[in-house]
Amino acid sequence: MCKQTVIELSVNNHPGVMSHICGLFARRAYNVEGIACMPVNGGQTSKIWLLVNADDRLDQMIKQVDKLEDVLLVERYDSGHPVFAKMAEFVQ
Amino acid sequence: MKMSGAEIIIKLLERQGVRTIAGIPGGANLPLYDAMGKNGNIKHILTRHEQGAGFIAQGMARVTGKPAVFFATSGPGATNTLTAIADAKLDSIPIICITGQVPLSMIGTDAFQEVDTYGLSVPITKHNFLVRSAEDLLRIIPDAFRIAASGRPGPVVIDVPKDVQMAEVEFDEWPELGVPDATPELFHGEIEHAAAMINRAKRPILYLGGGVILSDSSAEALAMAEKGAIPSVLTLMGLGAIPSGHPLNLGMLGMHAARYTNLALEECDLLIAVGVRFDDRATGKVSEFCPKAKVIHMDIDPSELDKIKTAHASVRGDVADVLKALLPHIEQKNRAEWNGRIESLRTAHPMIVPGADDPTSPYGVILKAAELAGEEAIVCTDVGQHQMRTAQVYPFTRPHRWLTSGGLGTMGFGMPAALGAALAAPDKPVICFSGDGSIMMNIQDLATAMEYDIPIKIILTNNNALGLVRQQQDLFYGQRYVASDYDKCVDFIKIAEGFGIKAYDLGNCDDPAVTLAEAIAAPGPALIHVPVSPNEPVYPMVAPGAANSQMIGGENHV
Ligand SMILES: Cc1ncc(C[n+]2csc(CCOP(=O)(O)OP(=O)(O)O)c2C)c(N)n1
Repeated sequence: MCKQTVIELSVNNHPGVMSHICGLFARRAYNVEGIACMPVNGGQTSKIWLLVNADDRLDQMIKQVDKLEDVLLVERYDSGHPVFAKMAEFVQ
Repeated sequence: MKMSGAEIIIKLLERQGVRTIAGIPGGANLPLYDAMGKNGNIKHILTRHEQGAGFIAQGMARVTGKPAVFFATSGPGATNTLTAIADAKLDSIPIICITGQVPLSMIGTDAFQEVDTYGLSVPITKHNFLVRSAEDLLRIIPDAFRIAASGRPGPVVIDVPKDVQMAEVEFDEWPELGVPDATPELFHGEIEHAAAMINRAKRPILYLGGGVILSDSSAEALAMAEKGAIPSVLTLMGLGAIPSGHPLNLGMLGMHAARYTNLALEECDLLIAVGVRFDDRATGKVSEFCPKAKVIHMDIDPSELDKIKTAHASVRGDVADVLKALLPHIEQKNRAEWNGRIESLRTAHPMIVPGADDPTSPYGVILKAAELAGEEAIVCTDVGQHQMRTAQVYPFTRPHRWLTSGGLGTMGFGMPAALGAALAAPDKPVICFSGDGSIMMNIQDLATAMEYDIPIKIILTNNNALGLVRQQQDLFYGQRYVASDYDKCVDFIKIAEGFGIKAYDLGNCDDPAVTLAEAIAAPGPALIHVPVSPNEPVYPMVAPGAANSQMIGGENHV
C-alpha cells in the first residue's frame, strides 16, 4: 500500500475555494483520497484536510496549492491526522 | 458617497490609471458600459470578438508591464475570452477580465446567457472572483490589480452579476490603490552559494527567460553576463533581454535554435537559469538537456523550482533583486577559452538564413522590415513558421518590444496584440508578422484597426498553408499533407481593402523593398502581402520529444 499523508490547509471561506483546490489536484491527475472541511472563527476562514497518497509529485502539488490566493497556510502531517481516523468510523 | 456597483468599478479602474479598455457590451454588462459613458475618462475600443479584446489587453500589458483591463458580457461573451486568458496565464501576463453575469438570484438556473464563468476560469487564471455584493467591489478591484501584478504576474477574472452592477452603495472613502506586493526577501546563503558556483564554473551559460523581461532586469542580466564573461541563451519569451548583436548573446535556444546555440549548451558545465520554466520547446528531451551541467535556477515562483529539472542550487526571489544581489559577488573574468570555443562553434555551425537579401523571401522580409522599422519598433507575431523565423533572425535590442504567444502558441494572437501595443505606445512603430492561417483567427479586428485608425503594419507571409503543421507532416508524417494545405486562395488584398485597410502586395510590385518602405512609412494601418512557398521549412528543427542535440536541417555546407 502507498504511504499516505495529510495536508492541512487554512483557507478563506467562500463558495469556490473548494473548486480551486480540488480542481488543482484533478488537473494534475492527482487523486485526493479523503477530504474534510470545517469553518473556523465564525466562518471567515475554514480548515481543509486532504488525505493524499505521498508519491513523488507531492512536493510540487503542495507548492501549487500554496500559491492559491485563498490558501492562507499549508501544513503537512506525514504521520496522519486524527480527523481521518475519526471519520473512518463513519464509513466502516 | 453613493454610487452604483458599475460606477464604482469604472471609478476604481480610472484611479488605477486605466485609460483604455477593449471589449464588447451585452445585456449583462450594459450598466458597466453606461457608467463608462457617464465617467468619460476611459476610452473604449470596441472589438469584433472578445478574444481580440483579450489580446488587445495583453498587448497593452506586455508593452507597459502593467495590468490591462478588458470587458465581456456573460455567456458567449465570457466563453470567447477564455483563450486570451489562458494565453496570459502561460506567459505570466497581468490582465484583468471583467465579465457581466446574470443577476445573483438567477445564477444556477440556466438563465439566458448564463455560463459558469467562475468555474470555467479557475484553471486558467491566477485568481478569479464572483462578486456577490457591490460593497465587495471596493476590496476586489484593488485586490485584482495587486494579484495580477504581484510576484509572478498573471490574469485575473472578475465576474460581476448585473444586479451587483446596479446596486447602490453608500461609502465614505475610496480604498487604497491595488499595487504589487513587496518582492520576497532573499536568502543570502542562496545568493552566495550561487555566486560561488558561477565563479568556479569553467563553461557557464546564462539561460534567460520571460522572468527577466517581466521583472525589468535586462540591464542586470547584461551586466552579469559581461562581468563574468558568460555567454547567454534566451528563451522565446526572453528575446530582447540582451541585445541580439551582443557578442555574448547566443540567441534563442531549443526547438528552432541555431545549431551553435544548442551545441554550446551540450558543452556547458553550469546552466544559470534566470526567470525560465524549462519549457519543453526550450529544453527538448529534458533528461538530455545540458548533459554536463550543474543547474542554478532563479525564479520568483517557488513552484517552478525543481518542477521539471532538479536544480543543484535554487534561488527564490524576484530575479531583478536576485541579479542585483549576485552582481557584486561575481568575479570579473574573460573566460577566453570558453568564449573562444563558443566562437568556433558559431563559425562552424552558424545560423543559415536563406534569402536574407531578398525582401520577398520569408526571412528576407523580416530582416528588411526590421531595418525599415528601426530599433524603437514593437514586434508582434502570430504562431507558425513566420513566428519562429522572426524569433530566429529579428535583431531585438531591448525588452518589452517583442510580443508573441509563447506558452499557449495561440494563432490569432498577433494582430490584436499589435493593436494593444500601438494603443499603449502610440509613439512607436508596431509591426506584426502573421501567416495566412493565423490572421484568419482574428481577422475581424482589421475593422477595429480601421475604425480607430491604429497604425499597425501587418506583414503577412502567405504560403496558402498551415506552414508549421505542414512542416511537421513533411518531416515526421511521410509528407502526407492532411488538412494543412488550402486548396483555394483567398484574396487578402481585397479582404484588407474591404475592411478599409491599405494593402500592399510585395508579390506584385516593381520594387518590393521600396513598396515595403512605403507601407511602413505610411500613416494608419496597412497589410503587406508577401506570397511565399509552402516548401520552405524553418531550420534547424528539433523533433518534438527529441534531444536538442538531434537537430534537423540548417547545416553549413560551405
Ligand atoms: C488556435 C490554434 N489552432 C491550431 C494551432 C496549431 N498550429 C500551430 S502552427 C499552425 C499553422 C500556422 O499557419 P500560419 O498562420 O499560416 O503560419 P505559417 O506557419 O504558415 O507561417 C497551426 C495550425 C495553433 N497553434 N493555434
